[in-house]
Amino acid sequence: MAEVKLMKGNEVIAETAIRCGCDGYFGYPITPQSEVMETLMLRKPWEETGMVVVQAESEVAAINMVYGGASCGKKVMTSSSSPGISLKQEGITYLAGAELPCLVVDVMRGGPGLGTIQPSQSDYFQATKGGGHGDYHLIVLAPASVQEMSDFVALGFELAFKYRNPAMVLADGVIGQMMEKVVLPDYTPRWTEEEIEKISGSWALTGKKKNREHHVITSLELEAHRQEVFNEKLQRKYREIEANEVRYEAINCEDADYIFVAYGSCARICQKSIQLARQEGIKVGLLRPITLYPFPTQPISDLCSKVKGFMSVEMSAGQMVEDVRLAVNGRVKVDFYGRMGGVVPTPEEIVDALKNKFSI
Amino acid sequence: MSRMELTDIIKEENLVLKKSALLTDNVMHYCPGCTHGVVHKLIAEVIEELGIQEQTIGISPVGCSVFAYNYIDIDWAEAAHGRAPALATAIRRLHPEKYVFTYQGDGDLASIGCAEIMHACNRGENIVVIFINNAIYGMTGGQMAPTTLLGQVTATTPYGRDAKLNGFPMKITELLAQLDGTCYVTRQTADTPAAVRKTKNAIKKAFQNTRLDKGVSFVEVVGTCNSGWKMTPVDANKWMHEHMFEKYPLGDIKDI
Ligand SMILES: Cc1ncc(C[n+]2csc(CCOP(=O)(O)OP(=O)(O)O)c2C)c(N)n1
Ligand code: SF4
Ligand SMILES: [Mg+2]
Repeated sequence: MAEVKLMKGNEVIAETAIRCGCDGYFGYPITPQSEVMETLMLRKPWEETGMVVVQAESEVAAINMVYGGASCGKKVMTSSSSPGISLKQEGITYLAGAELPCLVVDVMRGGPGLGTIQPSQSDYFQATKGGGHGDYHLIVLAPASVQEMSDFVALGFELAFKYRNPAMVLADGVIGQMMEKVVLPDYTPRWTEEEIEKISGSWALTGKKKNREHHVITSLELEAHRQEVFNEKLQRKYREIEANEVRYEAINCEDADYIFVAYGSCARICQKSIQLARQEGIKVGLLRPITLYPFPTQPISDLCSKVKGFMSVEMSAGQMVEDVRLAVNGRVKVDFYGRMGGVVPTPEEIVDALKNKFSI
Repeated sequence: MSRMELTDIIKEENLVLKKSALLTDNVMHYCPGCTHGVVHKLIAEVIEELGIQEQTIGISPVGCSVFAYNYIDIDWAEAAHGRAPALATAIRRLHPEKYVFTYQGDGDLASIGCAEIMHACNRGENIVVIFINNAIYGMTGGQMAPTTLLGQVTATTPYGRDAKLNGFPMKITELLAQLDGTCYVTRQTADTPAAVRKTKNAIKKAFQNTRLDKGVSFVEVVGTCNSGWKMTPVDANKWMHEHMFEKYPLGDIKDI
């Protein structure tokens, strides 16, 4: 039964994972997302749904446990924050290369290096452009509320299995740590072996049966031409994802002269900035990418004929702004405002930045 | 008595050795004399004899045996370098009814994957680990492994392994035996028919152990990499006898 609760973003990840029939969680503690595993260990889902929870010895091990579980067609996930996600990159590219569905949650903190435990969005490049080696993409969902932390666990698994591709929920420390009202989903039972056979029976490791060839999960193909053919197949999949899975929210864009492009907690702050700007007669709207990959290129492009400019607002030195520039392709001015190192921008400074950069 | 023909010999009742039905017909890529092929054969035989083909999942490593999945007809996952025990952990926990094993070289297991094997053993995962110690990185052209002997010449120890420069040969198997999560730890070899039979028995016991939920069963096989060692297969076996067994003595280290 759907339940309304006041919960932290990170706790909601754990709670929803149990409710949506996740088979296994594998993690390693790191601030600001440790509550995910803590909540799971407290909830003991293995007694309730049979979900496996393992505290791994490292993020490297955790993502490779995910690789193992995903190889069996199971719904498996991990979560971490920036330094841990860096360690997971090897496993993530192997998952992409072996076309395995899984969910990776990244609750970003400031970097580089050990950086800070304060919130940040400086891992946009890492999440959307690869991070690991090779030509691959993750499906990247960016929640802007605790509710979306819940919604995107189920959505992430759905898309991951639809495309046999790892999905990532890219949250920032604010969304992970803040408490909000959330409507939790109903319980969906874990897939039975018969259901796994139906959904992933053509490739998953379920034990070699007499009536089928053995299954091998691998990302290895030494012969260059066959490896190229495989890469072309991957690229076709990414084009399909780009065509079908773009998600975004447009707020106050109809009459806007200027558009903020922002995701996650910055999108929340920008909504306040829009109110402040409109009180001063500056018509601003917000385009909030929900999928960072695939990026809402077309919706941004479509706005170019109606607006004077875009300002990307990020807790980074300017990463997503590059994708905004590519979408706009020189037709109107694109600028950027950001804070770094774990500093969260205020609504007022965003409005000031808009006025400054666009000489309003 | 008339002369014996070949057809008089090739008869069901004279059969002493048969290719396991689980060994595929793919031509093995291993160098002649390599230990990997022998151990593959033993694993296939054990799985066949236990009748567990449908319940077994193997994890192949990065190393010369990366393509193990081409030779044994079971479901396989191919892991990143050193990470096989992490995959095996999840697979066995999600499938407690299955037989899950990793197959790893000494570079894979004792160097880059040291943390993964230590912790899988420490958690007492109910898996089998087959560890091929050939004291070298075969696949990448014969560089030093953690198990390389002092004085042993490799591509990265061209003047012989020097403890000052490279540290000491690592007895990872003895280390793992110290952990409470391992139940059966043994070191075998595969150079004579008798040794092969012993190794097969050890592998069989290891697979059977996983039903008892006692923890990791770990079978090290000291082997040769004649290509990496730059020796003929015969010389490699001789060298193994003369040098390897002193550092890596054969026999059971732990059996509880
Ligand atoms: C992350 C990573 N680092 C390095 C390599 C290169 N590499 C492939 S196999 C190997 C060593 C394998 O040696 P071992 O595990 O002893 O196996 P063997 O070939 O001797 O059986 C190395 C270093 C790799 N594939 N991945
Ligand atoms: S290089 Fe060594 S380990 Fe690799 S196949 Fe040849 S003999 Fe075997
Ligand atoms: Mg080796």
